[in-house]
Amino acid sequence: MELPPVLVTTLTFVILALLVWVLLSRTVLGRGFSVPLRNMFRPVETSQYPEKPRPVAPRFHGRHQLNRYADGLEKCIGCELCAWACPADAIYVQGADNTVEARYSPGERYAEDYQINYNRCILCGLCIEACPTRALTMTHEYEFSADQRSKLVYTKDQLIAGVPPGGDETPHTDRQVKERGLNYYGGLAVTPPTLHGGTYRPAGAAPASRAAQVVPTGDLPISDEQPTDPATVGGPTRRDPGRDR
Amino acid sequence: MTEKPVDDVTFTIDGQEITVPKGTLMIRAAEQLGIIIPRFCDHPLLDPVGACRQCVVEVEGLPKPMMACTTTVMPDKAVKTHATSDMAKKAQEGTLEFLLINHPLDCPMCDKGGECPLQDQALAHGSNTSRFIDQKRRYDKPVAVSEQILLDRERCVLCARCTRFSDQISGDPFIELFERGALEQVAIYEDEPYESYFSGNVIQICPVGALTSTSYRFKARPFDVVTTPSVCDHCSAGCTLTVQSRRGEIQRQLARTNMAVNEAWNCDKGRFGFTHLTAPTRVTEPKLREGDDLVTATWTQALRTSVAAISAAKDAGPGRIAVLTGSRLADEDAYAASKYARTVLGTDDVDHRTRFAPSTERDELVAVLGRDTASYAEVEAAPIIVVAGLDAEEEVPILHLRLRKAWRNRTARIVVVGPDLGTLDELAWRHLPTAVGGEAAVLRALSGDGVLNGPGSEVAAALGEVESPVVLVGERAGAGSITAASLLTDAVGGSLAYVPRRAGARGAMQAGLTAGTLPGGRRLDAADDRAAVEAVWATELPEEPGRDLHAILTDAAAGRIDVLHLIGVDLARDAASVELARAALTKVKTVIVQDLAWNDTVREFADVVLPVSGRQERAGTATNWEGRAQRFSRAIDGPDLVQDDWEILLQLAAILGQDLGFNDLEALRAEVDRLGVRDEPHAMPAAAADAKLEDGEAAGEGFDVVARPLLLDNGTMLTGATDLLATAREPVVVVASSDAAELDVSDGDRVELTGGGGALTLPVRVTTNLQPGTVVVPTNAADQPAGVLADRDGNLRVTLTKVAAEQPTGEHSQEVA
Repeated sequence: MELPPVLVTTLTFVILALLVWVLLSRTVLGRGFSVPLRNMFRPVETSQYPEKPRPVAPRFHGRHQLNRYADGLEKCIGCELCAWACPADAIYVQGADNTVEARYSPGERYAEDYQINYNRCILCGLCIEACPTRALTMTHEYEFSADQRSKLVYTKDQLIAGVPPGGDETPHTDRQVKERGLNYYGGLAVTPPTLHGGTYRPAGAAPASRAAQVVPTGDLPISDEQPTDPATVGGPTRRDPGRDR
Repeated sequence: MTEKPVDDVTFTIDGQEITVPKGTLMIRAAEQLGIIIPRFCDHPLLDPVGACRQCVVEVEGLPKPMMACTTTVMPDKAVKTHATSDMAKKAQEGTLEFLLINHPLDCPMCDKGGECPLQDQALAHGSNTSRFIDQKRRYDKPVAVSEQILLDRERCVLCARCTRFSDQISGDPFIELFERGALEQVAIYEDEPYESYFSGNVIQICPVGALTSTSYRFKARPFDVVTTPSVCDHCSAGCTLTVQSRRGEIQRQLARTNMAVNEAWNCDKGRFGFTHLTAPTRVTEPKLREGDDLVTATWTQALRTSVAAISAAKDAGPGRIAVLTGSRLADEDAYAASKYARTVLGTDDVDHRTRFAPSTERDELVAVLGRDTASYAEVEAAPIIVVAGLDAEEEVPILHLRLRKAWRNRTARIVVVGPDLGTLDELAWRHLPTAVGGEAAVLRALSGDGVLNGPGSEVAAALGEVESPVVLVGERAGAGSITAASLLTDAVGGSLAYVPRRAGARGAMQAGLTAGTLPGGRRLDAADDRAAVEAVWATELPEEPGRDLHAILTDAAAGRIDVLHLIGVDLARDAASVELARAALTKVKTVIVQDLAWNDTVREFADVVLPVSGRQERAGTATNWEGRAQRFSRAIDGPDLVQDDWEILLQLAAILGQDLGFNDLEALRAEVDRLGVRDEPHAMPAAAADAKLEDGEAAGEGFDVVARPLLLDNGTMLTGATDLLATAREPVVVVASSDAAELDVSDGDRVELTGGGGALTLPVRVTTNLQPGTVVVPTNAADQPAGVLADRDGNLRVTLTKVAAEQPTGEHSQEVA
């Protein structure tokens, strides 16, 4: 019985194909080899992490940043509400007085010291919600590790945003700030403290007309300028000094 | 509140029935039921005013909402608070909306944030939104009303708590409401600085952040401070305090409510006077003298040097060592010092006073311990208060507030016995002037043993009519005053209190830190007392009563003492005769000093300096002038190398081969308890017919000096408290008006006082409330202490010379007009 060559060829292929299939799916060795075979035809999933970091989600909770106004004044007023909100007790803030000669933030108070302990921080973002001036936000940076615990305590100079273009490094003088006439706090002007050189002098012999001490409404700087979006003010964060060390 | 016959009123609040005395305010009655009506102006210790309109309640049957803080209870009415009445709730929300209209809402930067009644009650009782859209009223902020207090008028809700406190409680209304309408504001007078000793309280009672403290400004938040209850160590008032610390540093101190002692108040010294613990003048490590320098040593070296000196002095014979303690020690330290001196050093030469007390005072102090002492409550209720040799506002300020409260309730007539009226001039009903040290004669005369002039017989008659008067005798009252006061209270009833100035004086008395006395109101010369103490201490006590401060210093200056062990006392400044003290300190071979601060004694004379821990850095007990013992606990850690006084004494004893019998405070207290107090108190000594007290004795020209301390002075425990010291009163010499006319001086002239030991230049203040022939000099407020004027016996008699006027102030001018 002579089979037609076509059929022989076909049958040979079928038998070979069955053998290959049995080999690949029914034997241990075959199942193992099938994996690279299959993946040779799939798109590449590997991310080139250190060279090409992948973008994170828009609301990713990364390292904190202390923002600035467009003129370089710090938004942080040292109120400690972030520290209060922190469930991990990771934030330390020490407030201090702005003076006429050295002004760091609008208003009376600024953060003289600001530290976040990333040994403790759980990046939950409650501090961001607590911040009354949007001074504290979270960046997308997640690359902070260190070989010493002390290096994970970030101080104010590590957390604060860079001075935006056109702005000045703090401290400013009161005169500079007033000349700009910027509206801080979404339109409300800033009451300057009557503080000279860090000491309070009693108001002895107060002006006879106490009513004259009222700041008239007309003097308020009225500006059409919309306060810029707090999240976008401030230049790029400084490179993490902890990593550079 | 009222003395009328008490009728009870029954009514209901939110459906709960309550019966309270007639005249009770609704807000107080509601508190008894646990219903808290929101309020700002209401304060239980201030008169009701109804300024803030927050405590609105609905009273059934009345057409309008009522203020619970000004309305007294009405029988059978149904009162509905915000909990049950929509009207009250709506009214309260409306009030809060109004209060917040001009409130700047700068809570994040406000120091009150987190402990603010306005914040809390706006959250609990306010509405979520405000309809106010216009510009808020704005003032310059903050205004420094004094160096200690900042005023932020934008935040003020005009509750008038501060002004009422100044007016009603402290009695120095420097702060007041000015202007009208929307511009109504708290302010100080133009020409009067806000120099009250009690100004810190207005910070604490301000229900918003309008009055804040300069020293605490932006330092911390309520949540990040560690709060420790404590007891003030500045005077014998024994105020309870709250110490708040952050990262091991004290941030502020607050008055802790204790109705039996300080009510809800304290003085500024107690509130702001904690900076000495961290001041550069703090002694932080043991030092040994090498030549003129004090060099750092280890504890071992310092203790061994001390022990070597003590051993050498013990070998040299009896009476070569004396222990002097200031009156600032905690009770445990005082007891340890008492036992250490008697058992380890084998001497009875101890004294806790810095003044040269008359010899009779020792027995008086022992007898006082056995008697029932008057208490704050008795002072407050007393119909007549006789004050001798005490200026409460300068010495024990909280007692002054009680005197004032008694006076203001119109129940008390205050009688001042002594050369000067001092700060009691407003409160005093009668002044019975005496020569310096002549208080005893007048007190005896009041009890019927002597002749009285017009006002005196009036007082005597009044004392006969009332029940339970109170006699307060201070440190400056002359010899025999305590005995005379006890005779007076025995004769007319009532109670007696000896009111020393320093915080540890009563504790030192109880521990027997006076030569001739033993712990628990016992006397060395009483055989049963000696036996009782010897049984517990298991030792032989010295037979002879020892020397007092004057004798010790005199003997030391004569070279008869080798070692002076000073525990918390600055003899070179505080001793009654600075001249004698310096001579003594120079002459003795070794001066061992346990102290907190680099004071004159430490700097110039100490051979061994042993650093000790301050009140807030340790646990212990403090007994105030009433004899009320209060525990305090450790709030912060002191410098690494400091130790408690009792611990140091324990180690000295151990190196000397003796065991004090306790190793911790519990064991020490147990031993004090085991020793107890004498069952049958010693009686007052018989009133000596003291000879030297004729007031006409003014030999030749010259003036007797009353050395009166000022609350805020150059004391070492105020080092670094610059805000506080800025409100100190100007040191002046007070001269009677007749003497001033004779000397041709008037207010502000500078005079030089020349006494037996030295001279002092001070501006003059003329008063009519002073016995002629007497001047009042601040003890430690001028550049030199008053003790420089005294001769070696502590006698203070000076001549006054006017100094040329155009000398710039502050210079120690020697030119005489």
